[in-house]
Amino acid sequence: MMATLLSLLRWLGALAAMALLGWLVPEWAAFLLTLALAKGLVVLGLLILWRTGLVSFGQALFFGFGGYAVGLLGGYAGLSDMVLLTALATVGAGLLAALVGLLLARYRDIFFAMLSMAFSMILYGILVKTELLGSTDGFNVVQPTFLGYAPQGDTLRVMIYLWTVLLCVGAAYGVQRYLESTMGQLAPAIRDNELRVEYLGVSVVRIIYVKVIIAGALAGAGGAITAFAVGHIDPDAMTYWTVSGEFVFVTILSGTGSIAAPFLGSILFELIRTYATQYSPYTWQMVLGSSLLLIILFLPNGLWSLFDRLRRPARPGL
Amino acid sequence: MPLLETRDLTKTFGHVTAADRINVSIAEREVIGVIGANGAGKTTFVNMVTGYLKPSAGSILYQGEDITALTPRQVTRRGICRSFQVPQVFMSISLFDNLLVALAAAEQVHPNFWRPLRQRHLLDAAQEIVARYDLGAYRDQQVALLPQGVRKLLDIAMAMAHRPRVILLDEPTSGVSVQEKFGIMEVVMGALRETGVTVLFIEHDMEIIERFGSRVMAFVEGSILADGPPSHVLADEQVRRHVIGEELHRSRRSERGASHA
Amino acid sequence: MLTFIAISVDGLVYSSWLFIVAVGLTLIFGVMKILNVAHGSLYAFGAYTAATLVGLYFNADLPPAGSFVAMGLAALAVGLVLGLALERGLLRFMYDRDPIIIVLVTYAVFLILEDTIVLVWGTSPYYAFQPYALLGNTDVGVLSFANYDLSLVGLSVVVGGALWWGLTRTRSGKLLQAVIHDREMAQALGINVTRFFTVTFVLGAILGALGGAVTAPQISVAPGIGVEVIVIAFAVVVIGGMGSIPGAAIGALIVGMLRATAVHLLPQVELFVIYGVMSLVLALRPEGLFSRAQARKI
Repeated sequence: MMATLLSLLRWLGALAAMALLGWLVPEWAAFLLTLALAKGLVVLGLLILWRTGLVSFGQALFFGFGGYAVGLLGGYAGLSDMVLLTALATVGAGLLAALVGLLLARYRDIFFAMLSMAFSMILYGILVKTELLGSTDGFNVVQPTFLGYAPQGDTLRVMIYLWTVLLCVGAAYGVQRYLESTMGQLAPAIRDNELRVEYLGVSVVRIIYVKVIIAGALAGAGGAITAFAVGHIDPDAMTYWTVSGEFVFVTILSGTGSIAAPFLGSILFELIRTYATQYSPYTWQMVLGSSLLLIILFLPNGLWSLFDRLRRPARPGL
Repeated sequence: MPLLETRDLTKTFGHVTAADRINVSIAEREVIGVIGANGAGKTTFVNMVTGYLKPSAGSILYQGEDITALTPRQVTRRGICRSFQVPQVFMSISLFDNLLVALAAAEQVHPNFWRPLRQRHLLDAAQEIVARYDLGAYRDQQVALLPQGVRKLLDIAMAMAHRPRVILLDEPTSGVSVQEKFGIMEVVMGALRETGVTVLFIEHDMEIIERFGSRVMAFVEGSILADGPPSHVLADEQVRRHVIGEELHRSRRSERGASHA
Repeated sequence: MLTFIAISVDGLVYSSWLFIVAVGLTLIFGVMKILNVAHGSLYAFGAYTAATLVGLYFNADLPPAGSFVAMGLAALAVGLVLGLALERGLLRFMYDRDPIIIVLVTYAVFLILEDTIVLVWGTSPYYAFQPYALLGNTDVGVLSFANYDLSLVGLSVVVGGALWWGLTRTRSGKLLQAVIHDREMAQALGINVTRFFTVTFVLGAILGALGGAVTAPQISVAPGIGVEVIVIAFAVVVIGGMGSIPGAAIGALIVGMLRATAVHLLPQVELFVIYGVMSLVLALRPEGLFSRAQARKI
């Protein structure tokens, strides 16, 4: 009883702290944080897949779907409520993942990665060639309202930020419960020995299918938020394979040791990106690439493992 | 009605006949030793019964139900489990967690995705298994770091987590030192006897066969040469020639020596 | 009828280009089981180097025919230098790692090289049209095809033929096939797998750079050309079977013809068909890796 109360307090504390942060920091930082947290949602989904030994190079499929769902529903269906649109985008992305997952869940390793990438490029191809969907220019996204209330300027940005924080903390909580559940704890088992898991009476394909759906829904939510925050969507920014590559990069950067890692890693990524591109826009990718290499070579469990190591001493037999 | 039955079970790989019309009938609570040279078809038999290999012909009946076409997952859920020649365990997590996961999988037909894995009753059950198989010293260690003998025990313990009615042990003492062999079998058989499970174990060591089996099946080139009480099968001329070779002579001599002492 | 000819020729030309670009990628994957994302950068480096050399060449007022030699040299130089540097300097330390990690490593290299190109050559596009115009045109009715494009077909046949001959008719080629089948076994038999890996990677790099070099006269060479090439090359390799050179030829043919048909008849689905077929193939026949019999696991 005490444990759950303490845990609840910790979650509420995190929520409050994040919310407060949005009020305290300057406007540009709040925008950055919103984008970073949205990206964090996508990476959270990748974390779930990574623990099972799978890497998706195509999360941009769901990310883009979420963004375009918001853009299209806002533009053509006249909807503007942020809560409603995020929900629709998330559910829609989840359904898309349920469709795509029927195939994807049967593959592993390189083939899983390649197939996911192929699917995301299909969406890219469709969007680029379809005038009705804005083609390569994309289009602007409707300004969000909140349950009837239509904020402007700074208030709008803060509200978007707060909604993002709420979503992220909620998603993190949900994913945490999932990771501690039987299904979540079967992930390293699947990664180690799929055959044995089958012999335990468990369907591996079904579990991976569920993970694909969760990751897809999370990415869709991230895409929806990004669409609102940026106010504009286009295929290159939302569905191109390099976008998926960025998500994977942040996954490696953060490490998969904790559900906070994706968000902290994303924030760090956005900070670095802002300063690196300001300093020299033509060395940004070099910085990215070099960091990725260094992390793979020297810190394979991501930056979180460093943080973890600082927090407590190494335990024998672990 | 026999508990587990195979009828004309056959498996061919191209020109090679790994199993040739095997007819077997197993009753409840039997403890059957399976012997045969390498490649005689013992593991193929187990692979077919548990659904990993599809037979070329014949059928497998469990409690009267035809389970020939079932997958390993479905066979496990029906109540038939197995251990592996090379222990199939989860290397990157602790021994305790291996057991926990096995127990949870056994209990939850569809794995929980919200309630935590580490619930009191599962933790207790896993601890109980640790105690029964005397694995306390290795409880929290990563399985990749554990010796082969411990992994073998873990493999068997995980199979037993399902409380199966039939368990098929594939060479439970292979890869284990001579001193440890009997020890492991004592632990395993002791644990199995408590549950009343039907056991079929593949073994190369004839002393272990004699000690623990109440019935012996001898495989030769895909078919069963002899099937009966150990005293009969192990004395059988054909079996001695094709399966046992010199070993029986040596063990007989040492027995005679011991009875004279 | 005219449309049919246009589609066929365009398709063949595009297929040839695809083959040259993708064959290096499939070779490296077949032998080393590495999906080299940096292949796109090798392509880009090849294009830039060729463009630069061609520019210098024509400024020096040398006989025009030699410009083709210059392009070839560009590809050779890029492939050798970058290929050796990458394989000996980085990849050889990663061979025992998870294949996905190696893909990420090549992705990191790709990112670094993309910016390196901009640092060396700047952001303004380069043009090297001269070799393109040199060969003139062939007219079929109202259709006019550049002979440069048509010669790509010949080049791809030569490259494919040379590779096939090298792999099946020479002793080294047969040893390489052993390495492809089972790396450990080949090592145990005394085959110098390390050297084969280096040679294969450099050869694949040269081929990738060659793809870029022959493309330089056809396009404006600008930052980002490598990015698009990677996914197309992946698609070709997957469709044809990863690690198979005849497969790369078939994959290139399928993708090339499909694209030409789409461009002429239904432009909206141009990109869709390529990745659609890639997905279809992955879904129905992911072989290439699984074509050999699996050893008994339990």
